[in-house]
Parts: sequence; structure tokens; C-alpha cells
Amino acid sequence: MVLASQLSKERLTWMYAQMLRIREFEERVKRTFVEHPGVIRGHAHLGDGAEASIVGSLATRNEADPVMPSYRCHGYPLVLGTPARALMAEIYQRRDGICKGFGGSMHLADPAHHFPTASGIIGQGIAHAAGVAYAAQVKKSGQVVYSFFGDGSSKQGAFHETLNLAAVWKLPVVFVLENNMYQAYTHYKLEDANAVAGDPLSQKAKAYSIPGQTVDGTDVLAVFDVVAGAADRARSGEGPSLIESRFYRLSPHGNAITVPPVPTQFQEHEAIEVYGNKAEFEAAKKNDPILKFRAHLISHGTLTDLDAKKVEDRVRTEMDEVVKFALASPMPAPEEATKYVWA
Amino acid sequence: MPREMMFAEAIAVAITEEMQRDPNVVFYGQNMAMTERDPFVRKFGKERVRITPISETAELGIAVGAAMSGLRPIVELYMAEFMLVAFDEVINEAPRLHYMSGGQVKVPCVFKAGFGFAAGWAGQHSNCTYHAMMGIPGLKIALPSTSADAMGLMRSAIRDDNPVVYLHHYMLTIDKSPVPDGEHIVPFGVADVKRPGTDVTIVATAWMVKKSLAAAEMLAKEGISAEVVDPRTLSPLDVNTIVESVKKTGRLVLVDQAPRHASAAVVIAGEVAEQGFKYLRAPVKMVTALDTSVPYSETLERYVLPSEEKIVDAAKSVVAMQAAAV
Repeated sequence: MVLASQLSKERLTWMYAQMLRIREFEERVKRTFVEHPGVIRGHAHLGDGAEASIVGSLATRNEADPVMPSYRCHGYPLVLGTPARALMAEIYQRRDGICKGFGGSMHLADPAHHFPTASGIIGQGIAHAAGVAYAAQVKKSGQVVYSFFGDGSSKQGAFHETLNLAAVWKLPVVFVLENNMYQAYTHYKLEDANAVAGDPLSQKAKAYSIPGQTVDGTDVLAVFDVVAGAADRARSGEGPSLIESRFYRLSPHGNAITVPPVPTQFQEHEAIEVYGNKAEFEAAKKNDPILKFRAHLISHGTLTDLDAKKVEDRVRTEMDEVVKFALASPMPAPEEATKYVWA
Repeated sequence: MPREMMFAEAIAVAITEEMQRDPNVVFYGQNMAMTERDPFVRKFGKERVRITPISETAELGIAVGAAMSGLRPIVELYMAEFMLVAFDEVINEAPRLHYMSGGQVKVPCVFKAGFGFAAGWAGQHSNCTYHAMMGIPGLKIALPSTSADAMGLMRSAIRDDNPVVYLHHYMLTIDKSPVPDGEHIVPFGVADVKRPGTDVTIVATAWMVKKSLAAAEMLAKEGISAEVVDPRTLSPLDVNTIVESVKKTGRLVLVDQAPRHASAAVVIAGEVAEQGFKYLRAPVKMVTALDTSVPYSETLERYVLPSEEKIVDAAKSVVAMQAAAV
């Protein structure tokens, strides 16, 4: 098992670039609501703040390991190699979208890059991930499935049923509970029994007699080590683990829910908008996982400030082009709508 | 030579032979495969045949994930109502993913359950829930009425690249009927005329086919020739065969064990009203369960559910209506 401390300069630079790609992508999604109203419909959920958790987890994958995120799913395929422009085009409801305009922000999928699907219904994707792991087990493919879901999902029956069965069957799956502090608009301490008792959410693993660990999800290298251990365990046939990755969602739950023609965009974070807790939000912004990793890379001599700026420029150029591409992509032909009902 | 086979056995044979044919077919559920003595475990081992806890959401969700990854899972649910516990998977996951992914993923799985147990199982274990699934694009529904159809539809269900709800009627479980030799397959979306006739079309599924055939026999004694049509799958629904039959008979009785407003009958009536109105010589008659829950006591249950007598009365009334009009 490779430890984070053994990662090469190239790998660490790649990880930094992936974190930036997620952030820059999400910022452009958010800006689209202001700059191009109406281009994004429905509900979009951003992963800014989750970059270290996503990239630290996915950096431990073997090439063919499937990844099953929740509906907050833009970041994972970016790391897996899905062209960013196909993701943005999907969110922009275009023909060149990864799902040809049939899915949208909540229902991205790219099985060719080991991202089978995401479910828009909280918690259900956890069961799907276990099913993908069951297939891997039956076919002896050696794959480990990475299942990502929010703290809110961990109160769903699907979570509990699936963890029990995954433990009974010793399925090769790593369950990453992304505790981003808010279940939609509700602070997790208002709705989680472990939190109410002052315990970490990884405590839930005890109920199923599997390893449970809480990790600082803003520390990409810490996430790497914890997830690598769980993936190693899963791959060796010992079954699933639960990891609570704690970080702070830097955007609100989603764009505001409005009824057309009232335009929608992202409001202030719930911490401010609902709870009036500006201090909490400001502290989280200071603890930005990307800034932290950048400082780490420079202080450890992995990158110079100039190296980092080069990566940043490259990513910003890529994402500016992604937006241009997606805006220029044609809408799907209306009569396409009856395609794909039946396989 | 066709073999006489019990309904339940025909299903088991289809599953067994499909599992022999295709190593990607897996089979699991509650209270099955408990020991090495289980015939499926003996044949296929504990990787492909498994016992699950009482966790329908996990069972169906795992089937969806496994199906996306190349397996063809059959989930044994026993009672159709247990699917309601995990209805999100049935309605809002399995049939949506192919479409939402723009055709990138397929979800070939079979949700197998018994239903309609009119033997004192009362309000929560006797229901016909297929109406709630009928209008779901991407979801197929099979309801066999004979051993041959039970076998042939199960084969088609397993081979289908879409999620299939396979509902076998509990009251047919030990009925014996002939099954053709060889690899008997019944395609989806093809209705079967179970008894030809000229005066009235009776459309029924599952246990109601048996009751309708008995009713047709009684009607024949009174000189009325009833044609009994079994759609066999509610999705896809073979409207054409039904309309063609109505074209011939001019009268339609729809028999359905579900409550009137949650029946397949209302959907078929709508299609015939639009596509077959010109052939009708009498209003469509629906013989369904009453709009009640299914009661426990036998006298109450009998009052609520369709019966041979109710079907005979309905058929006679539409035939008489036409005679009066002439």
C-alpha cells in the first residue's frame, strides 16, 4: 500500500490540478446562473469544499475501480477522465452532454470512465454501489467500489440496509460518508443521533461491525491514507469500511428553488442565510482545502509558487474553454425524447 | 410431448435453465438459499444464489447496481407488497437510469413476487399493485396465467435488457397445465387468445384468466360465445390484439382483481375507447374488485373480488344491451 508521504511530485501535482479543476468547474457552474440565466435548469449541487475529500479518495483507485457518487456529482467524473466539456454541456442541457441532455446535473453518468450512474434520490446510490460491488465479487474482477454520499444519506434506510448486507457479504466497497455539515438546509447536529451524543458519524460502522474512521476531509493527504487503507482491506476480501470525511460545503445546498420565469441562482450559504452564523462560514473559508494543499506543496518544496500558478492558469484556461464549448453546443432535437426509454 | 407442470415448478425450471445458460444470472432473496440443501445453491453455489436479510431497498438497489455492471439479478420478493417498501428502486431508479444516462447504462433485472393471495391474507398481503407500475416508462410487467406462460415469460424477463416486474399469482401456484418441450419462450407484448369466441371479448390476466375461462364455459351453455384474451404483459401492452378481438365481437368485458380505479382495466378501457370505439356495440364493462381493501373474512372477501358469476353477469348484460338496441 502506497502512503501519501510516498507520492511522487507528479502525482501530487496531478492531485492539486484535479482539486483546482473541481473548484474552477463549480465556480463556472455557479457563475452561469448570473451570466447566462436559464442555461441551467432545475437544481444543481456544487462540490466546492469537497475537493480534498474527492481527490484524496479517488487518488487511491486502481484503474478500473467504479465510483458511485450522490447527486452532488460534478467533481468525481472530472477526476476520472470524463471530458469536462461533456459534463458542462450536460448541465447546460445540450446535445453534446455526457448524457445527451437526458440527465442534467443530478444524473451524470459515464460508465466508460467507471462512473456507472448517480441517483438523485438521497441514499439510494449507496445500494447501487453495493450492487456494483456484488457484481465485482461474483465476477472476481478485483475491483473496489467507491461509494460517496452525504451526511443526510446516513439517516436513510438504504444506508443501514446496505451497510448490513455489504458487511454480511463482505462486499468490496468503501463507503465514504461526506459530512459537509449540512443535510440540505439542516445542520447535521440537529438530525444525527451520533452528533447529538457528541460522537463522530463513523460510529455508525460499529452497528455493522465494520471499521469506521473519521478523517479531516480538508486534508487531501490524510484522506488518501485512510481511504487507501479501506480500499486495501476491501480488495483483499475483508469487506467494507465506513469513512466519515469531514469538510465544509462552501456553497449552499443548491441554487435557489424558484418557479419560472423567476430566475434562480445561488444565494448565501445556509450558515448565513438560515442560521445567521457568519463566523462559522468565514472560518470554513479560511480552512479552504485547496489553499491548504497549495501551502503544503510549496512549504515542502514540491511546487514553487510559479509552478502552482502555471497549474492554476492551465486549469482556468481549460474551464473557460469548457464554458464556451457548452454554450455553443446545440440543444437536442425534440423528437430525441422518446429514445432510451427501453434498452 | 408437452409436459404437465405445476405453475411454480415452471417458474423454477425457467430460472434454473437460464442460470445454466448464462453465468451472469444471479438469484437472491429472503428466506431462500439458507443451506447447502437448497436446490439452487446445490446447482449454482453461494456466489450466485444468496440469502438476504429483510432489506428490500438494499435487495432491489443492489440488483440495480449489479445489473448495471453486467449481472442479470433475479430478486425473490415473495409478496408483491414487499416491493412497496422499496418502491423508489422499482419506480424511480431501475427504469430511469437507462434513460437519464442517455442510453449509456442498462439495468437488466427481474423483481419476482407473488400477488393477489385471496385466501384470507387480508388487507396487506392480497393486493394487486401492478397499476402503480403500469405507466412507468422503462419498466416491464409480466403476469402469467398458465404454466407455459409462467415459464416462457420468466425466460424473456431474464433475457430482457430492461427491469422487469414478474408477478405470479399465488392462487395459481399449484395449478398444473401443459408446458411445451424445449426452450419455451413467450415474447413480451404479445397477448394470447386463451379461448376464441364471437359474441363478447373478455380481457383478463393471471388468476382472472382462470375465472374468465370458467365463466366462458358457463356462458357457452347459455349460447354466448366469449373470447378470452390474456395480455400476459401489462407493459408492454398488446392493445392491438384486444382491439382486433373487439372488432370481431363488438363487446368488451374487462376483468381485473385490482380495485376499480387502480386496475389495469381502466387503462385498457381508455385505449379501447380511443382506438376501438367504432367497433363497440355496447359500453365497456369492468368487473374489478370493489374500491375497498381486501377484507379477511371469506364472505367479505368473496363479495369484494371478481367471481365467475360476476363475469357471467357482466358478459350477459353487454350482450343483452346490444340485442335490445337492435
